[in-house]
Amino acid sequence: MDSSAAVEARHATKTYGQGSAAVTALDDVSVAIAKGEFFTLLGPSGCGKTTLLRLIAGFETPTSGQILLHGADITADPPNRRKVNTVFQSYALFPHLTVTQNVGFGLQMLGRPKAEVAATAAEMLALVRLEDFADRRVSQLSGGQQQRVALARALAPRPEVLLLDEPLSALDLKLRKQMQLELKRMQTETGITFVFVTHDQEEALTMSDRIGVMSGGRILQIGTPRDIYNDPTSRFVADFIGETNFIDARIEGGAAILPDGTRIDIASGDGQGRPAAGPATLTIRPEQVRLTDPGAGVPAQVRQCVYFGTDTHCHLALPGGETIVARLQNPPGGSVALTTGETVHIAFPPGALRVLEA
Amino acid sequence: MSTRTFSVTALPGFATVALVAFVALYAPIVTMVVYSFNGSQSVAVWGGFSLEWYVRAWENTAVQEATVRSLVIAASASLIATTVATMAALGTTRTRSFRGQTLIYVMVNQPLMVPEIVTAVALLIVFAAVRVATGWSGLGFLILAHSAFCVPFAYLPIRARLEGMDLSLETAAADLYASRWQTFRHVTLPLIFPAIIAGAMLAFVISLDDVIITEFVKSAGQDTLPTYMLGQLRRAVTPEVNAISTALLGLTVLLLTAFFIISRTRD
Amino acid sequence: MSRTAESEAETARIRRNWALATPALLLLFAGAAGPLLVVVVYSFLTPGDYSGVEWDFTFDAWVQILFARDIFDDTLRLADAHLTIFWRSVKLSLLTTLACFAFGFPTAWFIATRDRRQRGLWLFLITIPFWTNLLIRTFAILEVVRNQGLLNTALMKLGVISTPIQILYTDTAVLIGMAYVYLPLMVLPLYAAIDRFDFRLLEAGYDLYASRWQVLRRIVLPIVKPGIVAGSILVFVPSLGAYVTPRVLGGGKNMMIGNFIELQFGQGRNWPLGSALAMVLLVIVLVALLAYVRAANRTGGVDVH
Repeated sequence: MDSSAAVEARHATKTYGQGSAAVTALDDVSVAIAKGEFFTLLGPSGCGKTTLLRLIAGFETPTSGQILLHGADITADPPNRRKVNTVFQSYALFPHLTVTQNVGFGLQMLGRPKAEVAATAAEMLALVRLEDFADRRVSQLSGGQQQRVALARALAPRPEVLLLDEPLSALDLKLRKQMQLELKRMQTETGITFVFVTHDQEEALTMSDRIGVMSGGRILQIGTPRDIYNDPTSRFVADFIGETNFIDARIEGGAAILPDGTRIDIASGDGQGRPAAGPATLTIRPEQVRLTDPGAGVPAQVRQCVYFGTDTHCHLALPGGETIVARLQNPPGGSVALTTGETVHIAFPPGALRVLEA
Repeated sequence: MSTRTFSVTALPGFATVALVAFVALYAPIVTMVVYSFNGSQSVAVWGGFSLEWYVRAWENTAVQEATVRSLVIAASASLIATTVATMAALGTTRTRSFRGQTLIYVMVNQPLMVPEIVTAVALLIVFAAVRVATGWSGLGFLILAHSAFCVPFAYLPIRARLEGMDLSLETAAADLYASRWQTFRHVTLPLIFPAIIAGAMLAFVISLDDVIITEFVKSAGQDTLPTYMLGQLRRAVTPEVNAISTALLGLTVLLLTAFFIISRTRD
Repeated sequence: MSRTAESEAETARIRRNWALATPALLLLFAGAAGPLLVVVVYSFLTPGDYSGVEWDFTFDAWVQILFARDIFDDTLRLADAHLTIFWRSVKLSLLTTLACFAFGFPTAWFIATRDRRQRGLWLFLITIPFWTNLLIRTFAILEVVRNQGLLNTALMKLGVISTPIQILYTDTAVLIGMAYVYLPLMVLPLYAAIDRFDFRLLEAGYDLYASRWQVLRRIVLPIVKPGIVAGSILVFVPSLGAYVTPRVLGGGKNMMIGNFIELQFGQGRNWPLGSALAMVLLVIVLVALLAYVRAANRTGGVDVH
């Protein structure tokens, strides 16, 4: 395995409870996160992303497997000996300390001289633009401000890796979007490896260098936002990220055969190779469905069209009965003019139609 | 290297000290209970399991009298205190605050705030004067004193129950033409009855266990079980006292367990 | 007019509440509060020849709290014996509070960090001794510390000592007895405060490199401080007014304020002095309780059993 990874989990498993009541939170998870990377663990609640984060932080110990930091095995290390800091979902700011005291806490525990602690705390507060609140009690701050204090506090000891446990979930939409940009900026500026946990796929796509999609205690796919979006390797990932259409078909001789016999050529570009023969699921994003001239594409009947401003969502019935959703961009000032019952012809751009194992 | 799970809530040595504390808390009591069954008199020698001390205590007329007196006083005080406390609770809960409500609350809970020795001394003075003036020295003084300090112990559970009660039930009764008394008798009373019983039991235990006030207020020869035991201290400490203590302890634990069960099953 | 009807109903309601509360008020006045007023009066009277008082008003009793009049030259000196008793009471009460804290804090922490299901059991276990008869508990300690008691017998059997250590009838015995009796009173408010503590702050502390001691000192203790104050007052106050425990375990010689008060109504035959002392004790206790209420309100209410 690549030992230049900043933090790594190797075959990490975590089970709670005994016997028949045992719950597996993480099932043989392995992931290597590179130095300076903004890595996001994405998945629905209960998928194990927070458990994995807590294993890296040291609040939980894996039932089996290892956690490595820069190649060194830290599995047995208590949290206060790992050069890893956490931004908690609840912020966990110390209510009896001021903002500055909170931010300087880590360095104080490490025994740094008072001058250094004060200077670094001030620097961090400037980084998150809270210099004016230095002497306030944390209870006097708004949610967004508290979030920034939590961030400054975790950054102050200059950790190797920063863990962020759904830090933006308590913020309102507008503030959240602002903070997403802020966090990205800070990560780029400090160069610290960020491991970010969220259930919001839009957030993950916006901020990450790479995403690990998780479900049921397993990592299903790791890749760049583009890879994840365009090249989902499993039905779950395809469904979880953005909107996807699923079409049942059979692969035969380099083409997909719909239940009624209609043949669709599978473009073998983008390194997908020749898909194996047999039953399969085709996926295509709604915005990639194109209308084409009769005779060139697959005929489909318009079931319903809904106007959505920038585009129109149309439900189209394929031969064989299955319905897909197409997002057709509206011409400026107008709308795509399709009537219910009308027959149109769909083309699937090269590479847009992906094949998944059934 | 073994992977020791890191416990966030563990603090060094705390579990040990805590368990030592629990052991230290129960060891003397357990010792006392065990040795009340000891055939021999000394702690160093175990003389076989024996009920000798219980029998001796049981046959001791002074103990019999003291026990009867304790039970009579406790029962009377509990009855009086609970009745009075129930009325007071009805008058002070679930009502918009009125002038003097705090005064009532302070007065009712006063025994919890004033050190027992102070109350004991005060009652000694007053009752001595009354005894001299009227020549009467019956159990009345003790019952009065016990009733008074038992009131807060009956009051608090009943008050708690009243505050947690669903007001709409009484409103419904009124809507259905029930008079104030009928609402109380048919709706409120049945609902707070477990709390009244709980309060009565608590008052009973408190009265049974009282030492200081009883010691100061009693006339000569009017011993309750605790004051009898206190008096026995002046002579040799016989295991008889152990036996009486264990019996009293058993009764208290029984009543307390019943209290807990009643308090829990009311919801 | 509806307003009159409303105020009439209001008056009726208030009158009804007072009527319901009156029996309790009468009972407590006769059996508790009223006599206290008599005590105040008696503290300004003169001791009678055999017992009781003479109705001569004087401040003598109050002076006698701290001073003794020299029988030869009639000057006032500090009454050393009295001061010893006051000092012993304060000292023992403070030490009891300290001992209860030293054992009580880990105990409260232990209970508060147990599984939710187990916790009820532990709380029940800590509560039973609390409700057991004070005399029985003091007796139990007597059985442990006396010369033929558990402690000495065990130490002799183990060969640590050859003759019994005299613990009974010393200040130490009283201290052990009071700490034993009042421990649950420290544990319960501490438990309430720790129960409200956000344990995620501990994770934050460890995440930021704090050692276990640092977490205790810098995060836990400052935040549960109101609980500590409440528990301390709840132990200090009854300790100060203790009577049974110092009597049983201290013998006649190691008196605390409670015993000293009793003496005035027994052999000492100085009812006014006893009354004055009782008043002083009452005032100290009420002041401490006020401080407790203040501390409790600051935390939003500390629940005591």
